[in-house]
Amino acid sequence: MSDSPHRGTLKIFLGYAAGVGKTYQMLDEAHKLKGEGVDVVLGYFEPHGRKDTITKAEGLEVIPRRKVDYRGAEFGETDVAAILQRRPQVCVIDEFAHTNIPGSEHSKRWQDVHVLLDAGINVLTTMNVQHLESLNDQVWQFTGIRVRETIPDWVVKQADEVVMVDLPPQALLNRLMRGVVYTPEKAQQAMENFFKESTLVALRELAIRQTAHEVDVRHTVQDETQGAETSGDDHGSAASPRTRSRECILILITEDPSSAALIRRGKRVADYLQAECLAVCILRDGNLQNIAAAQRETVEKHMKFARNLQIEPSVLQGDDVAQTLVEFARSHRVTQIFIARPQQQKWPLALGRGLVERVVRLAHDIQVTIVAERRR
Amino acid sequence: MSTKGRPDPEQLLRQLQAEEQYYRRGRLKIFLGYAGGVGKSFRMLDEARRRRERGEDVVVGAIQPKASREADALLQRMLVIPQGSVGGVPTMDVEAILRRRPQVCLVDGLAYDNPPGSAHPKRWQDVEHLLTAGISVVATVNLQHIEERREQVERITHKHVTETVPESFLRNADEIEIVDAPPDFALQRGPNPLFVNGTGSPALSPQQLSELREIALLLAADVVDFQLEAYLARHGIQQLWGTCERFLVCVSPHAEAAKMIASGRRNADRFHGDLFVAYVNRPDATPEERSVLERNLEEARGVNARIEALDGDDPADAIIEFARAHGVTQIFVANLLKSSLWDRIFGQPLDHLIRAAENIDVRVFPA
Repeated sequence: MSDSPHRGTLKIFLGYAAGVGKTYQMLDEAHKLKGEGVDVVLGYFEPHGRKDTITKAEGLEVIPRRKVDYRGAEFGETDVAAILQRRPQVCVIDEFAHTNIPGSEHSKRWQDVHVLLDAGINVLTTMNVQHLESLNDQVWQFTGIRVRETIPDWVVKQADEVVMVDLPPQALLNRLMRGVVYTPEKAQQAMENFFKESTLVALRELAIRQTAHEVDVRHTVQDETQGAETSGDDHGSAASPRTRSRECILILITEDPSSAALIRRGKRVADYLQAECLAVCILRDGNLQNIAAAQRETVEKHMKFARNLQIEPSVLQGDDVAQTLVEFARSHRVTQIFIARPQQQKWPLALGRGLVERVVRLAHDIQVTIVAERRR
Repeated sequence: MSTKGRPDPEQLLRQLQAEEQYYRRGRLKIFLGYAGGVGKSFRMLDEARRRRERGEDVVVGAIQPKASREADALLQRMLVIPQGSVGGVPTMDVEAILRRRPQVCLVDGLAYDNPPGSAHPKRWQDVEHLLTAGISVVATVNLQHIEERREQVERITHKHVTETVPESFLRNADEIEIVDAPPDFALQRGPNPLFVNGTGSPALSPQQLSELREIALLLAADVVDFQLEAYLARHGIQQLWGTCERFLVCVSPHAEAAKMIASGRRNADRFHGDLFVAYVNRPDATPEERSVLERNLEEARGVNARIEALDGDDPADAIIEFARAHGVTQIFVANLLKSSLWDRIFGQPLDHLIRAAENIDVRVFPA
């Protein structure tokens, strides 16, 4: 994080689907700010051909997009350099989860936003709850859609404010049918997929709960800072109940594809419990270079994924995975071990032999969570 | 909870009648705010504006006098039904609204107490009357006026509220929409252009407003969850995934349950989820085992868990069946294996439970 005392503040307008009014509400706020004499610009704005939104953007200064040629087509991305040069007080950047065109300086728009924040520019942005990394499996489970453009949870956690933009699903469906959100053909297609009422109701609940969580962690942090002030220099006993009962979660990374879901789940639980989160990968000789290329590639992919979520994985040497795992857990004061539930066909017939049973047996003093496979 | 199988004819008839009733009745939409000044009235009037633009016949039945400048501007262009008076006290004129028969009527401040001698003591009962008459209503209410949340809110605001609306009225609304403008953070962060335009009630601190905001969001989530379950039941869909974390702690006479229950409570609180504590009835339990179990259940009652007694030959099956029916996302079980008991216990229920849990996480606790 930047040391600058003037780091910009970040405000996220969180919704649960296209068309709930995130951009509209963000632009409404931009107008209010402008009315109060604040210097506001539109750094990136996605009208999606929506009349209300386009009208709402009128009267706000727009920083033209940076033109990027990619495979013969022209794309427009946020022009970070131009915004920095313009130095507004507040910059509006739509679609926080967007992935930039290959060849851009940053692969993700949220990274562009971080540059602006570091430069002391305040940013207003929008995103949908399904773009949150830790909810990826859950969202896939009830929508059937694997959301590709994700934002690591820690990025959202760093935002100063998360506001829920709400709209009842029935009203959203009405908008969709009136052609406010998409063209008629696209609307029809959408209603058969993502925009089923039950899906929307579920996504909406997820977004409301996520916002409640974001509000909760923010005032909890305030509580703790205030507590620190009053407890003063009393270092030893000043630990709040929350720090004293600090939990630590350990995730076992393997080459199995279930590792990604396991990492997401473990990290989400850790975040909610305000627990530390560790991960290990256990290899016979402790050297990634000595395993088969295909296996190495998947393991490395999973480790990179963990790092993206701000978990630093360790590679350990051990012939006996269960024993090495539990020993590491014990020496690192882990309170909960997270392992994937083995696939049905791989479940060994002989009892007490499988990894899960071995870990549970050895970790007789540590909690072990066997994470469900997310299936549809 | 969810009934499987085909609906019987009587059920179909009830469904038909319910549908008929549903179409005759007006639709109720409620804007829920966490404090005065978050902009509920404005949102309601803005919705009215859009509905009018689409050709709906909208009138104002009741409006708070001191809404914002923007709200006043919208109100200028609306048709307002003048207030009536009961015993000299001005109040919403239900009879006049019924005579006017608009498609949609706006009712600000659902929790308002009508003056003595009115047809109904509470304004929300007037709304019920309008709905039954086939008039749709768009209304607003503040968190502090929800009966079931009142105590919780009073602990934060230290202000006693007498006018309330039952939560069931919210649950049965066709739509609720949360008005979630965050509190004015300018107070604690110093001048910052993002936060100077908040309109939070000046009487409350940002911390208090933030706590109220969280409660309002959780209330909205509960209402939405209730509506989701109703929707799934109406359409005969079995829910296989949870949007809300639900914890099921399995206790037995042997387990050191207190720790598990405490952990379950903490997890449920952190996730804003639900907590169940279940035990499997065993006819062969000794009196001593029964008294240990009773102590464990006492612990569960103490933390406000929902307690369930399960029956079944196979405890693991009984637990899984219950967990599935209730959308449980995590099952807490004790690791009862002390070396010699290993094969007898682990070889069966725990092993079986982990296998059968499929899309539910299982957390094994040291015993």
